[in-house]
Amino acid sequence: MSQESNQIGKLDWITVGLYALFVLLGWMSIYSAVYNPEAPLWIFDEAFYTSNAGRQLIWIGTSLVLIMLIFALDFRFFESFAVFIYAAFMLALIAVPFLGVTINGSHSWFKLGGVTIQPAEFAKTATALLLAKYLNDPQVNLTKWVNQWRSALIIALPMLLIIGSNETGSALVFASFIILLYREGLPGEYPGLLIALIALFVSSLLLSPLTIFICLLVMASLFVIILPIYQRRLPQTYVRIAGAIAIIMSMSTLVDWVVNHVLKEHQRNRIKVLLDPSFDTRGLGYQVTQSKIAIGSGGFWGKGYLGGTQTKFDFVPEQSTDFIFCTIGEEFGFVGVLAVIVLFLFFLWRLLYLADQQRSRFARAYGFGVVGILFFHFLVNIGMTIGLMPIMGIPLPFFSYGGSSLWSFTILLFIFLKLDAHRSEMLSR
Amino acid sequence: MPEGRRIIIFLFFLLIGIIFIGKMFYLQMFDSTYEKAADNNAIRKIIQVPFRGEVYDRFGKLIVYNTPVYDLYITPRKAVVNDTNRFCALFGITKGRFDTLTKEAWAYSRVKPSLFLKHLSKEDFAKIQDALVDYPGFSISTTAFRTYQSKALSNALGYVAEINTNSLSDQKDDYYRQGDYVGISGLEAFYEEALRGQRGVKYRMVNSNGVEKGEYRHGDLDVNSIAGQNLFTSVDIRLQEYADSLMMHKVGSVVAIEPSTGEILSMVSAPSYDPSLLAGRNFSKYYQILALDPLKPLINRPPSAYYRPGSTFKIVQALVGLQLGILTPSSVFTHAGAPVKCHVHNTSHNDLHNAIQWSCNPYFYHAFRKILYDNTQGDTFERSAQGLQRWSELVANFGFGRKLGVDLGNEKKGNLPNVEYYNKVYKGENTWKFSNIYSLSIGEGELVVSPLKMANFAAIIANKGWYIPPHLVKGVGDKKTIDDFYKTPVSVGIDAKHFNVVHEGMRDAVLHGTVGREGKIPDIVMCGKTGTSQNQKGKDHSVFIAFAPKDNPKIAIAVFVENAGFGGFAAAPIASLIIEKYLKGRVDRKDIETKFMNMSYLANVTYNRKIVKKDSLKR
Repeated sequence: MSQESNQIGKLDWITVGLYALFVLLGWMSIYSAVYNPEAPLWIFDEAFYTSNAGRQLIWIGTSLVLIMLIFALDFRFFESFAVFIYAAFMLALIAVPFLGVTINGSHSWFKLGGVTIQPAEFAKTATALLLAKYLNDPQVNLTKWVNQWRSALIIALPMLLIIGSNETGSALVFASFIILLYREGLPGEYPGLLIALIALFVSSLLLSPLTIFICLLVMASLFVIILPIYQRRLPQTYVRIAGAIAIIMSMSTLVDWVVNHVLKEHQRNRIKVLLDPSFDTRGLGYQVTQSKIAIGSGGFWGKGYLGGTQTKFDFVPEQSTDFIFCTIGEEFGFVGVLAVIVLFLFFLWRLLYLADQQRSRFARAYGFGVVGILFFHFLVNIGMTIGLMPIMGIPLPFFSYGGSSLWSFTILLFIFLKLDAHRSEMLSR
Repeated sequence: MPEGRRIIIFLFFLLIGIIFIGKMFYLQMFDSTYEKAADNNAIRKIIQVPFRGEVYDRFGKLIVYNTPVYDLYITPRKAVVNDTNRFCALFGITKGRFDTLTKEAWAYSRVKPSLFLKHLSKEDFAKIQDALVDYPGFSISTTAFRTYQSKALSNALGYVAEINTNSLSDQKDDYYRQGDYVGISGLEAFYEEALRGQRGVKYRMVNSNGVEKGEYRHGDLDVNSIAGQNLFTSVDIRLQEYADSLMMHKVGSVVAIEPSTGEILSMVSAPSYDPSLLAGRNFSKYYQILALDPLKPLINRPPSAYYRPGSTFKIVQALVGLQLGILTPSSVFTHAGAPVKCHVHNTSHNDLHNAIQWSCNPYFYHAFRKILYDNTQGDTFERSAQGLQRWSELVANFGFGRKLGVDLGNEKKGNLPNVEYYNKVYKGENTWKFSNIYSLSIGEGELVVSPLKMANFAAIIANKGWYIPPHLVKGVGDKKTIDDFYKTPVSVGIDAKHFNVVHEGMRDAVLHGTVGREGKIPDIVMCGKTGTSQNQKGKDHSVFIAFAPKDNPKIAIAVFVENAGFGGFAAAPIASLIIEKYLKGRVDRKDIETKFMNMSYLANVTYNRKIVKKDSLKR
């Protein structure tokens, strides 16, 4: 008992408060999205619990139970059992194609009694735990090749399994572990290279090969002109520049080829829509266009709570789950959107700060894993509602409707808060 | 070093956050296209078109009402037709037609309703109403057609049609939209604003499938529709039908007015058409046929056709002469010295009474000459001008040469020649004199009148010197409001005493003058004056004006029958039958009735002429 009150006292109430605020705002938006001005439901109506808002209330309640469970466990449990947790979810991911059910066209759900669970959502937490445990070994040094690829293996396994069940969007979330690895000593070239590759990928989609080639030539010429000031002209320099241009050009050609020949039709369309929303305005472009209309119509102050028209009347598809941000944009306007983004960034900053406060490398690495995952969702989810990111079925943490999503984010966050509450008891190795 | 990485990571987060906020700012603050798109998306304007007002006759009998018709709409995505054959049989369409219509609807929209079958009748609707439940995705929308209790009065009523592009762009108050129905002619056009009511608008929020989701802004912007106001006309529809039947196989007009009120009891334009032809799904087909008919059945002749008044105008000359003090009832003129011919009649004592009774041309030639020249100074040119000036001022009081203000849109002014007019025609002042214009004396020459004006003139005679502007509608709406204009008597500036000799002369014209046997009604004291309207092409038009009974007149009438010859032959009997019908409620002279119902003067009617302007003065 005394131990419990003790850890409650050490709990980071700022993070918990923000969590509660996000969940509340999310629920309000879900309520608004299903709100019917002709027949408003109230929480005492039985029918209310068949609506998304009612069910989300149940998910929120059960999340509280999960939080209490996490706090009831010994904080050493997560580190000790990381391997088992990881292994269990890998098995679940392997089993889901055989034992799972299909919901909304996605064959990635388990049905346990009345609730359905998507193991992919929880695999992120499991992977973060195992990766953190692996890095907790003082022998592990991420500048070493062997440790790099072992870490990569831990990340790649669930990724591949999830891609196997056709959930590319969820699989891409695992790329966010690069933040964890970077913090734990991965050389800066890796994330740098990743960003450069993304830039190359986007530019080779947007620009013709000839344009890229000319740009590269101009850059190379400038480089060569500036060069003599610092360095003698070496033949090798020219060879290297030529080689770099050749590599970039061939990669950009490769991207083109991959997009047009390797990607499936629906994946290719998602990329095309991103670059040109007027393409396919009735299908995929429809979502982006309607989402932008909804947010754009909010103006500065918004239309007021429950006053939205676009998000309420099914113009924006999936408005309770993936496009929940539209409701906020429409009803609370620029002010609301600004507040949510700033609060979320503050939330991330708080977690980064807490993670760096950890004495144990396990807890710190896990913390950065949590930040990475949350950030990746924030980036893709909000990015897609305003047409800056391709449409992937990725929810906005704590806001979006959905049991699996809310539960998994709650578990992800509160394991870290549990570890944080015990940070003085942890050994720094 | 690792501590610094946290900053680098967070700076990256911050960069993304700033990009997002920037994009949001652009979307929400600058780009208004999204705001407008949202309203178009979610707010649906529902237009409620009220029923057009109904039209009643003077005894409250319904003449025009609305029949709802039903349009069948299909929403392709929701539409389920399991048994196509049964469906086609029910709606009376072929399988091929069904496929075409379905394909068209799909091409328009998957989720929005599009017109599937147009203008289903009440009977069709009753047949399909119950079965419609079995076909989700099909819905019915109601509109209305004008429906007529009587085939008479169609020209005066006018018709309603879809507004055309020109009217749409010319409208002042921006009320009408593409596809709206609007009164095109007659009463439908004149009382358009009262008849149409006020369209209602409701704003409803709809979801992406067009399903209603409630009121927009709690209905604050909604405008309730106001039903069209009914028209209570002065027309006696039974009399109208009777007059219409008499004018069959003829070209011409009948206008009957109640002298004490100016209310038009009947207004016939012949040939006419079945009004229901222009009030239904085949409007364009029938309109085409009617518009190309050389007898111009679409024109409402009474207020717009141009004729010379002929001898009926002699009454005007008599009254003007009397008022000016130039004529007295005992003024006598002989046939001698006049360039106009006369028929054989007793001229032993050719006074004003006798001249009216026998329609004596030389009498009015001399009288008109005296009207122009008496009490004037200068040479004959100057005296003619002075005389015509005072003459035309008085004649204008009767409504000649100007609009009477009847509640129809197409009333024409006609022509009353005055000094200015002749100065223009003869190119200069004092270039013309009596000898140039004497045909005015007997109602020929440059005089142009409409049947409506002559009926009003008959009412003026009946009232002994005043009239109320003729009108077809006694009251608009439940309150039966009417413009004061149609309640205010207008004096023509002729003293009542001067009418006595006119009444007597007109009475004797009927009894033993120009009217003849067929125009006499044994038990009704009718006063009348025949006229023979000359025209450039073809036989003279037969004209007759009358009122009855002589004391306390109840009806004044003008009848024009084109190319039917002398006024006593066709117009007078037809007028007498209408008067008899109105005053007695029945007609006892069955032989005459039958004769004129079957009589046709169409053989004399020259085709391919412009009826409206044919008698105007283009020599």
